[in-house]
Amino acid sequence: MSILTEAEARQLCERVIAAGTADEAEVRVESGLDGNTRFAVNQLTTAGEVEDTQVTVTARFGRRGASVRFNALDRPGIAAAVRKAERLAGFAPEDPEQIPLLGPQSYQTVAAFFDSTKDLDSESRAIVVKTAADAAEAAGLVGTGFLPRIARSTAVANSNGLFAYERTTLASFTTTVRTRGGDGSGWSGTTHNDWTRMAPPAELAERASRKALQSVQAVAVQPAPYTVVLEPTAVGNLVQLLAYGLGARAADEGRSAFSRPGGGNRMGDRIVGEQVTLYSDPHDPDLLERPFTDEGEPIGRTVWFENGVLRNLAYSRYWAERQQTQSVPFGGGLKLEGGSGTALDLVSGVESGILVTRFWYIRGVDPRTMVYTGLTRDGTYLIENGQVTRAVKNLRFNQSIVEMLGNIDAMGAAERVVASESGGLGRAVVVPPMVVRDFNFTSNSDAV
Amino acid sequence: MIALDAASTAGASYVDARVMQVRDQRIGTREERVAELRDDETIGIAVRALVGGAWGFVAARTLDRSGAVRLARAAVDQARGNSAAVREPVRLAPVDPYPNGEWHTPIRIDPFAVSLEEKVDLLLAANAEALRVPGARFVTSSMAFVRLQTTLASTDGSVIEQTLHRTWPTLTVTAVASDYSDFQSRSSAEVAPMGMGYEHVQAARLGARAGEWAEEAVQKLTATPVDPGDYDLILDPSHLFLTIHESIGHPTELDRALGFEANYAGTSFLAPPEQVLGKFRYGPEIMNVLADRTQRGALATVGWDDEGVPADSWSIVRDGVFVDYQTTRDQVHWISEHTGVHHSHGCSFAQSWDRVQFQRMPNISLLPGNDDYVIDDLIAATERGILIKGRGSYSIDQQRFNFQFGGQVFYEVRNGVVGAMLKDVAYQGRTPEFWNSLDMLGGTRSYQLGGTFYDGKGQPAQSNPVSHGCPAARFSGVSVINTTARG
Repeated sequence: MSILTEAEARQLCERVIAAGTADEAEVRVESGLDGNTRFAVNQLTTAGEVEDTQVTVTARFGRRGASVRFNALDRPGIAAAVRKAERLAGFAPEDPEQIPLLGPQSYQTVAAFFDSTKDLDSESRAIVVKTAADAAEAAGLVGTGFLPRIARSTAVANSNGLFAYERTTLASFTTTVRTRGGDGSGWSGTTHNDWTRMAPPAELAERASRKALQSVQAVAVQPAPYTVVLEPTAVGNLVQLLAYGLGARAADEGRSAFSRPGGGNRMGDRIVGEQVTLYSDPHDPDLLERPFTDEGEPIGRTVWFENGVLRNLAYSRYWAERQQTQSVPFGGGLKLEGGSGTALDLVSGVESGILVTRFWYIRGVDPRTMVYTGLTRDGTYLIENGQVTRAVKNLRFNQSIVEMLGNIDAMGAAERVVASESGGLGRAVVVPPMVVRDFNFTSNSDAV
Repeated sequence: MIALDAASTAGASYVDARVMQVRDQRIGTREERVAELRDDETIGIAVRALVGGAWGFVAARTLDRSGAVRLARAAVDQARGNSAAVREPVRLAPVDPYPNGEWHTPIRIDPFAVSLEEKVDLLLAANAEALRVPGARFVTSSMAFVRLQTTLASTDGSVIEQTLHRTWPTLTVTAVASDYSDFQSRSSAEVAPMGMGYEHVQAARLGARAGEWAEEAVQKLTATPVDPGDYDLILDPSHLFLTIHESIGHPTELDRALGFEANYAGTSFLAPPEQVLGKFRYGPEIMNVLADRTQRGALATVGWDDEGVPADSWSIVRDGVFVDYQTTRDQVHWISEHTGVHHSHGCSFAQSWDRVQFQRMPNISLLPGNDDYVIDDLIAATERGILIKGRGSYSIDQQRFNFQFGGQVFYEVRNGVVGAMLKDVAYQGRTPEFWNSLDMLGGTRSYQLGGTFYDGKGQPAQSNPVSHGCPAARFSGVSVINTTARG
């Protein structure tokens, strides 16, 4: 019973709620398998397989509440955790922002669970990793990579009769291949809920190897604003950062890039290029995210930007009530609609520019304008007359994400990317490659 | 012991098992309300087995005998399967057995025994102090307390029980311009997370200092935008600790240097080992850097690491020259002929029972200079510079060459005197040149510990708590940019 079924999860939620004496209670149950296999220097290094079920119980007495997460699920364990939550809640001051629990909700099922991914056990992963590592060895290169997969279920219930349940699987494969002399490095990766819909690891390893070989003898270019062709992963690295800026409350309070000078927020304004339509939708077949929040609020399709106009910001239930509007939960992944063609197709339309594989160590510099800094890595190339001509040394950027989305010249076909720098299994992000003008590079890096 | 026996019987040449209970209490406030109140506790067992030179690792929340046996056999099966993809079998440096090991973080006040009311009252009172300052619009504050209780047993004969504590009180004030044209925040950057108990919260004096931080947040709204250029930088320990973390701590991790973290955390400019050990000039002769898992109050301080190696203390940089890396048992033989060190430095750590242990950063600290300078002496000796306090935005490339670091507050220094507050400041540089520009070092009186709970590394990414001590220091001719300018 490592991945709780709906019936098992419901029963566990009911046991936890029944163990309490608070006015109200919320329960979240997350169970499943969490496995991974790593390789480096052309051999498997570590692997892991973890089984766990964790329960978070929130006890409420009027406007006072507290939460406890635990995984001792026998009768005494549940009783102790519920008692602790109730004791903490009893001591807590009243929270003026506490709002009533939701009642029963209806959810549209998301088909995000695939046996092909669940069955990707340590033995299967070792075979995949060996294939990639052997390919790098045979090519005289040095392969490193990571293959994580999860298979889990999440249930949310409360004492008002709400119950939500979903199962999901998710995997990714990322690999960095370096030359033996350390003068070239290339990366490739992909992710999906369904292992069979992911690009084959051997193909990804080949792509990373090719990039590594093409990135040797890199020359330094003068740091300056450049036209760039961003591969989908590089776009995902940056666009996902919008998730941290789309909160209505921060905007209304005057501390967001989407605050309106003089007060309020900028919903309804054209803020980015009119090619930009960005939305979340857990039911989108490319996103397949959980269709409810941690409190059980249903998540539907939300368009954040439509043709460059800021259509929505995320409203918590409290802030929506305060502002007398509908709540808009943030969830359901992020999808930026694109056009057609690959990054290399886009290169053919660029006279002079830089092709970027991915970014690294991206950190906020100025929250007022969403300026971030970071560096290119694992495949950065010069574009001349519509051709990739040679490798360039990596570059640091200081660039506003909002401004970048206003400087798009062209977009290719959107695809699901490993948007997190860590190669981990994060929010679903589907983005196209794009051509961006005036992308602001500020210094060179000697790192390969 | 059941797991060890089962895995050994199944064919493992080495096994360790960790039973670990993790307690994590967090209280978060915003203005006059408690926004987060949680007290989490999970427990589980992790079994790591070595078969045919390959690792297997399995963990679960099960704690009964049959569950332990099942996990142990699964770890062995996994290791056996993994061994087909191994080229160089794992070799472990020897370690003495510690059959009755016991250690705990020396704390004076158990944070979990302090009442919730006291904690909430302290935070809300600090918030009120901050909001008393005209212009301070928003304030958040928090306390985080973590306790790791671990029993480690290994087939080397060790049974080690440890209880680690860490504590982090924080406060952040935000000021918003009356016309909503700007907002600026100031955090309690001088209050480091520590390997201490509730006594650290008491010593932090959030309430007494909240007004000062709030005033600085408001001042930042009208601070002078920095003129880009080369400046002498005077770095307060509350800032310099993270520069040390990024530009010395990470590049001296041996797994990075040899390519084992290339897919995420990156590699290191300090490679190959035979070409840099004892040869690479990191900085001037006044630069000495110590790795130390024994330092009282520091976050990475332990009795033993997560594979039973006793806490160690060793030089990373001596008189400006790089002399050693951070190591775990399986890494020792890679460099022992160059270092003459045949034991692990004890850098193995796992963030929880559900993650495999691997090489993580010990406390790495810049030692004070022989001159007994304090930061005022550095300021007095500076003609044109910038004083930086507190951590801000930090970014560095995957080999730890090119960096861009920001801070919390910045002040112009002219002719030995601190002048106007500046804003939009960040400095860029290249690690070797930056450290070789170190030209004044504070003494013991200016030495402080900084740190973080969240040093990220590995796949899946794990957080490692780590501290860095340092005195105030001055660096000459460092490139400063204005973060609002383009190009």
